[in-house]
Amino acid sequence: MTERSDRVTLREGFALLGRGIVHEPLVFTIAILGSAVFGAATVFTSIVIGQVTDKVIVPAFQEGRPETGALVGAVAAIVGVGTLKAGGIVVRRFYAGVWMQRLQARYRRRVTRQYLRLPLSWHHRHPTGRLLSNANADVEASWWPMAPLPMAVGVLVMLVVAVISMLLADPVLAAIGLLVFPTILLINVFYQRRISPLATRAQALRAELSAVAHESFDGALVVKALGREADETNRFAEVADRLREANVRVGKVRGAFDPILEAMPNLGVLAVLLVGVARIDAGLLEPGTLVQIAYLLTIVAFPIRAIGWVLGELPRAVVGLRRVDAVLQATGALPYGNARPAPSEEPTELRVQRVSYAYEGADGTLSDVNIDVEPGRTVAVVGPTGSGKSTLASLLIRLVDPSTGAILVDGTDARDLAPGVLADNAALVFQQAFIFEDTVRDNVTLGRDIGDDDVWAALRLAQAEGFVAALPGGLDSMIGERGTTLSGGQRQRLALARALVGRPRLLVLDDATSAVDPDVEQRILAGLREAALPSTVVVVAYRRATIALADEVVYVENGRVAARGTHEELLVTSPGYLKLLTAYERDAAERAALAEDEEYAT
Amino acid sequence: MSTASTLGDGRSGGSWRTIRRGLALSPEIRQGLGITLGFALLATAGRLIIPIAVQQTIDRGLTGDSGIDLDFVRWMCLVALGAVIVTAWAAFMMNVRLFRASEAGLATLRTKAFRHVHDLSVLTQSTERRGSLVARVTTDVDTLSQFVQWGGILMIVSIGQLIVATVIMAVYSWQLTLLVWICFLPLFLLLRHFQRMVSAAYSVVRERVGIMLGAISESVVGAPAVRAYAIEKRTQDRIDQAVENHRSAAVRAQKLVAFTFSTGEVIAAIANSAVVVVGVLLGVAGDITLGRLLAFLFLVTLFVGPVQVGTEVLNEAQNAVAGWRRVLGVLDTSADVADPGPDGSALPRGPIDVRFEGVSYAYPAGPTVLHNVSVDIPPRSRIAVVGETGSGKTTFAKLLTRLMDPSSGRVLIDGVDLRDIRFDSLRDRVVMVPQEGFLFDDTLGSNIRYGRPGASDDEVKLALTELGLADWLDGLPAGLDTPVGQRGESLSAGERQLVALARAYLADPDLLVLDEATSAVDPATEVRLARALEGITRGRTAVTIAHRLSTAEAADEVLVFDAGRLVQRGAHRELVEQGGVYGRLHAAWINQSR
Repeated sequence: MTERSDRVTLREGFALLGRGIVHEPLVFTIAILGSAVFGAATVFTSIVIGQVTDKVIVPAFQEGRPETGALVGAVAAIVGVGTLKAGGIVVRRFYAGVWMQRLQARYRRRVTRQYLRLPLSWHHRHPTGRLLSNANADVEASWWPMAPLPMAVGVLVMLVVAVISMLLADPVLAAIGLLVFPTILLINVFYQRRISPLATRAQALRAELSAVAHESFDGALVVKALGREADETNRFAEVADRLREANVRVGKVRGAFDPILEAMPNLGVLAVLLVGVARIDAGLLEPGTLVQIAYLLTIVAFPIRAIGWVLGELPRAVVGLRRVDAVLQATGALPYGNARPAPSEEPTELRVQRVSYAYEGADGTLSDVNIDVEPGRTVAVVGPTGSGKSTLASLLIRLVDPSTGAILVDGTDARDLAPGVLADNAALVFQQAFIFEDTVRDNVTLGRDIGDDDVWAALRLAQAEGFVAALPGGLDSMIGERGTTLSGGQRQRLALARALVGRPRLLVLDDATSAVDPDVEQRILAGLREAALPSTVVVVAYRRATIALADEVVYVENGRVAARGTHEELLVTSPGYLKLLTAYERDAAERAALAEDEEYAT
Repeated sequence: MSTASTLGDGRSGGSWRTIRRGLALSPEIRQGLGITLGFALLATAGRLIIPIAVQQTIDRGLTGDSGIDLDFVRWMCLVALGAVIVTAWAAFMMNVRLFRASEAGLATLRTKAFRHVHDLSVLTQSTERRGSLVARVTTDVDTLSQFVQWGGILMIVSIGQLIVATVIMAVYSWQLTLLVWICFLPLFLLLRHFQRMVSAAYSVVRERVGIMLGAISESVVGAPAVRAYAIEKRTQDRIDQAVENHRSAAVRAQKLVAFTFSTGEVIAAIANSAVVVVGVLLGVAGDITLGRLLAFLFLVTLFVGPVQVGTEVLNEAQNAVAGWRRVLGVLDTSADVADPGPDGSALPRGPIDVRFEGVSYAYPAGPTVLHNVSVDIPPRSRIAVVGETGSGKTTFAKLLTRLMDPSSGRVLIDGVDLRDIRFDSLRDRVVMVPQEGFLFDDTLGSNIRYGRPGASDDEVKLALTELGLADWLDGLPAGLDTPVGQRGESLSAGERQLVALARAYLADPDLLVLDEATSAVDPATEVRLARALEGITRGRTAVTIAHRLSTAEAADEVLVFDAGRLVQRGAHRELVEQGGVYGRLHAAWINQSR
């Protein structure tokens, strides 16, 4: 990790809490009011118990007869304060939850808006797993401290009221309380400081373990094929053991502090009893007050922990929010113009003018590429693996912008077109077909207003009609993770249908049928040829039959257009093209020659 | 289909059965459990110190026979102080012993389960969703671990607290004890009901988390498709909807928890006021002392905690047991393609011959995909297997490498039934290269070395050179140290296949099976690779599955599959003359490639 994740200042923590309050002032206020009621009621409970002792219980014992009115009053006071406290807890807990959930939802929406707004070049620079965890785990961690925060504020109210009530009851015993409360608070803060890095480490190891398991199970076939099960198990066991150690370390700290925190109020009560009895002896104190203060110490001790919870969660939250903010503050967008050419049913004219494209130290760079495609023509882009063909395809429908040069669609620079215009007129089918978690119909229409007849027609053209019709729900079948799993070839055909159904005026196929059986591909290509689509077509391919569809071939090598012309011309003019296209033939010919030689020899 | 899981799903069998079986598989947890529970008892007894001290102070220190007795109070406080320290120490000991034992047991459990997943057959592995398999060795075990660290301890302490509080209360006054229990009993009985409601609410939350994550991932994984079709708004609407559904479910669950949590306070208030009223009446009648009555007010607070956290602890306990059951479910799934282990035969090195005797294969409760195949593959021969998608050629390869076992018939290698050969010997000599060249997130060198750990850099380079890939290696920025990224995604699909091939070659098997192992590389490279392979597979037996028929032209013999049957076999030229299925395939191939 390259971020400044280890140093988290308290100020940053408070800034985070402040942001949470600013976003939802009303919910925060309600939660805090509920918590204040809870805090005050907690202290009142002990006052009521003390008063009941002095005014009801002790007199009754001394006089040997109960006074009904006093008993009724005692019941009313105890139940009343108890109900008030319970009400405070309900409001506090519920609105604390509402607050946290609203903040999480708000930030998830904001982060994903950014994802959808930022250009693909930004996406390329950030690993998928990282972006997913930004929108999920990091957002969650950011607002986690909001759940105990109202309680912590309520506890502060409670402490103030407690100290005042103790001071009013007996200043000497109050001094014990003033000693015990801050001690518990300090131990809590110290505890959270100790445990927070250990817990973070355990969390990181859990993520690491999960990554190892994921990778190992993803590669299960390779592990099996090479018989590496034992090595993989050792790799996993090693991380599992480190996680065990980390968990034990967390447990040890918690296991030590919990009993100490529990013992503190008990020690306080013992001190109160010792000093209190002496003061009763001296005639300075009533027994009820002693009971009240002892009772207060026992019931206040536990809630004080809430302050520790908030402080303990803050560092993790701040780190999470930093990551989230990095996404929210990311700049850069694909700027759009406002050109809206008149709607047309005619194929587009496409010009690639002196286009170069480079991204940091990776394959697929292009330099000074010029291609003109007349409306309705089909151009094949051919080249060895890693020569920049896919980059070119992405440029054509403006998934990315060229570093220099321009792509002109019907004479307009693609960058000047208004948002959505290009998507309405052009479609790209990728080699890796992305399937949405949705029905077959919606995967084809993507929400566009298209009737079922047209969907079926597109599926037919993409040779997907058969398997879709065989699905139990037809067009309504859910596909994707939680639905039917499709094979690679089926996914490609569905993605093709998705493109065709919009009757694009520019169709770009990036090795879009690589996972489809050859004879099925033949049928798809034949269908495309006969369908009289209103399309200018750019097709990236290796296969001869696909290339045969094209009016013209552009041969790309190392990011440059090495040759262009018809297939027959290129076979003559471009040695690289010839070598690539005739690899199988030459291979077969050489073998045949070799076989004949052998026959002569024998 | 990804619908039904073949593993245990955590729904069947009672909780106690699960716990017993779980403990049997993690003996570390049980070790010294008696001592730990002893400490637990001591620790919970500590909760009584304060109520007893209050009672003693009032009854014997304040209102005893001799009036106020300061000396007694001093001694009593000193004893209580000692008790507080001892019980805190006991609690510490209990915690540490419990963490150590449970973590050790759970680490063993997850490692066992992890290994077992790899031992499951390819078929079982592929019917499970990756995520759910991973969850069984990670989050399911974590749920257990976290339960032990929080809920488990709380549960032990709470139950202990209720028992010791009840005992001391009964000593003080059975009437008031009964009264307190009458107040709290309905709530204890309702806890289970509350827990079910809360649990149902949280399972809705979990389900919606899944849907939300799916929706979010569309904006990341599907970014190019979203951009290409300009469906940003639609995608955002779907995400917003999923986020909102998750939020409302979480708030609903929160509401339930808030209400159940606070009922304890109301009940405690009712119990306290009842104790005051009845206690005063009893006190007037001389049945209870003032100190004992006041001690009751402290003892009632011991009931509140267990009630407040009861719902959440029960919920956690239920989740933990369900998680445990899912982990055990993995271990209970039989590895249907099992290693005969040390009893099995080991094969000596040398060229391998293969014999299929009347082999059929059908998926469990599914169609037969391979019918009665009998074939001999002599040592050192190079065999090409061709056919359309679904013709049975990949099934043939999986049976040949014992990734699956035949439903009937048998596969023999060097005359030995595959099922009788030890896996370490078999995997050493028979290696398959699958179509998807899976790479680990490491350097290029370590990925190739995965075929033979301990191979030196020079050996790895030599292997690449022999495969004709030296130029490719030289073109990479950091050579063998080039990181390949997650799943090898920094390399192209074709390059990943090159690495997978090199990895298998370095493993130096006697039978090499290639399942469309070069389908994603460009034609020129493929031809070059095929030639290199021909050279290096001389002396070995090689079976190649391909839909590019260039491979078949070079093979000694071609096996042609159609609809699960071996329909033709012979040399390429003979088969072309025969026509039939091969003739058709070959014609399509020529049409497509020339």
